[in-house]
Amino acid sequence: MPRWLRSLLSSGPGRFGVIVVLLIALTALVSLFWTPFDPMLSDVRGRWAEPGWPHLLGTDGTGRDILSLVMAGARTTVFVAVGAGIVATLVGIALAALGALTARWVRETVAVLVDILIAFPVLMIAMMISAVWGGSLWVVVFSVGIGFGVSIARVTRPELRRVQQSDFVLAGRANGLTTGQNLVRHLLPNVAPVFIVQLSWSMAVAVLAEAGLSYLGFGATLTEASWGTLLADLQRYIGVHPLTVVWPGLAITLTVLGLNLLGDALREATDPTLSHRGDEIHEPAVIA
Amino acid sequence: MIRYALTRGVLLIAGLLVSSVIIFLTLRVFPGDVAQLIAGTQAGPETVAALRESLGLNKPLTAQYGSWIGGILHGDLGTSQLSGASVGAELAEKARVTVPLGIMSLTIALLIAVPFGILSAMMRGRSGGTSLNVAAQAVAAVPVIWAGMMLVVVFALWLGWLPAQGFPRTGWSTPFRAFEALLLPALTIGIVEGAMLLRFVRSATLQAAGQDFVRTAAAKGLTRRQALIRHGIPAVGLSIVTVLGLQVAGIIVGSVVIEQLFTLPGIGRMLVADVGTRDLVKVQSELLVLTGFVLLIGFVVDLVHHAVDPRQRAEVD
Repeated sequence: MPRWLRSLLSSGPGRFGVIVVLLIALTALVSLFWTPFDPMLSDVRGRWAEPGWPHLLGTDGTGRDILSLVMAGARTTVFVAVGAGIVATLVGIALAALGALTARWVRETVAVLVDILIAFPVLMIAMMISAVWGGSLWVVVFSVGIGFGVSIARVTRPELRRVQQSDFVLAGRANGLTTGQNLVRHLLPNVAPVFIVQLSWSMAVAVLAEAGLSYLGFGATLTEASWGTLLADLQRYIGVHPLTVVWPGLAITLTVLGLNLLGDALREATDPTLSHRGDEIHEPAVIA
Repeated sequence: MIRYALTRGVLLIAGLLVSSVIIFLTLRVFPGDVAQLIAGTQAGPETVAALRESLGLNKPLTAQYGSWIGGILHGDLGTSQLSGASVGAELAEKARVTVPLGIMSLTIALLIAVPFGILSAMMRGRSGGTSLNVAAQAVAAVPVIWAGMMLVVVFALWLGWLPAQGFPRTGWSTPFRAFEALLLPALTIGIVEGAMLLRFVRSATLQAAGQDFVRTAAAKGLTRRQALIRHGIPAVGLSIVTVLGLQVAGIIVGSVVIEQLFTLPGIGRMLVADVGTRDLVKVQSELLVLTGFVLLIGFVVDLVHHAVDPRQRAEVD
């Protein structure tokens, strides 16, 4: 077992994060093949069943099984978190590389542009895209991905500049590596820890963003189960059946908490200089 | 100081320009035919052509952008494509809900974050400090929509203290009822934002406690607690100012969702509705106003930070 993994699992929050993230991923995987009931199947006679057997968390206003809906919602959450993670990685690497490795005027322009783009809240990007394309989960994936790509680039860029000035990169260049080859072989592996930590936190916000945007009607469509749309559905009957809204909200909170703690623990596990730099915190980013 | 303000001001204007270009291009270039989008799929080609003409879509993009920005510089945010109403007037009316909501949310967030953040740092390593930190971590993970629903269940449905949703039609001419209607929404945003800010205040306090000047003050005979309160806390205040800009951005975004949840007639709900009806002229002006506001807050925060922090002043001048 590598040292960082052992250190990750040795802390309580780290273990909690790993377990929760695995649990959600597993639920999403299982829900592809099996849920207790068909999450989209309505049963008018079985409306608003109390939690119990066979509907463990009860049913909603059209008789759909809430546990099945929550399980199927995990699928959407994982899709959005992973999709946004991939987009954020690509955008982040591209912007960080452009901002660190190119000619001076390109570098500075990109840096200023990143500083401006970062003020653009993700929700605004999503609104712009969905004003044009209509809402879908892809809107969420791209808006969150682009938004966080930009903020990851801002954190990664100085790190990339620092590593670029180290001797082994210089040695690589002296041996005839091009900038691109140097980036892949030496630079990226060295900034990977910073990057992965940021990614973990971004995925947490992606989960919140998916819920928020789906709640507003800019995310999942009616045929896709999502914790956000489920909350919007159940909210209409909150006066009569207040306890049903507990489950999807709990699922979101648990997932976000897990990803946040995983990010914190990963940072502690991969960054040996942390104790010198003090207990700095990631900038709060709020979406939903 | 003046030189710094000028350079920062140039950056602000550049930011506004870049944002306006991005908003304009995303809404124009991407979609194919705006007129078709507005008219809907049922409309015949003549209707669409007439609409295109009246919207000025036949003009080149630069001319369209120019007339939009030119109008804004003269204080004209455009008119709605659907109702023909002035966007500026509607924004001003909706701001009467959103601005008080934002101020109340920020106040609540600060009231939670500052005392409890400092407390949690001072009690570090003891069970009280740890449980405060764990609670903040958990609350910060709660989605605003759900937090709002739970607060509605408890304070509106069970206890019946506050209205569950809506805003009095009489507006601020009935100040108490208006305040009451905004209290639960503001609490929702304030608690979640406050939990995030709390963790920041905590780490800023811990960082301040490790500073040389606090240690020196302790060495000169103050207790560690006195040294922290007298010399460390001012430094904490400074770092709070730096994240306040982000916090405001978070509150604006939070208010979009919360106004929907509590059916408040504010700017956020207006934006959501306009995106739904594809009133692109309104959407582009609203997005620019909101982004511009976020950029402006960032500008003010940087200036304040610069003016208050003696170290920064020395570095630049």
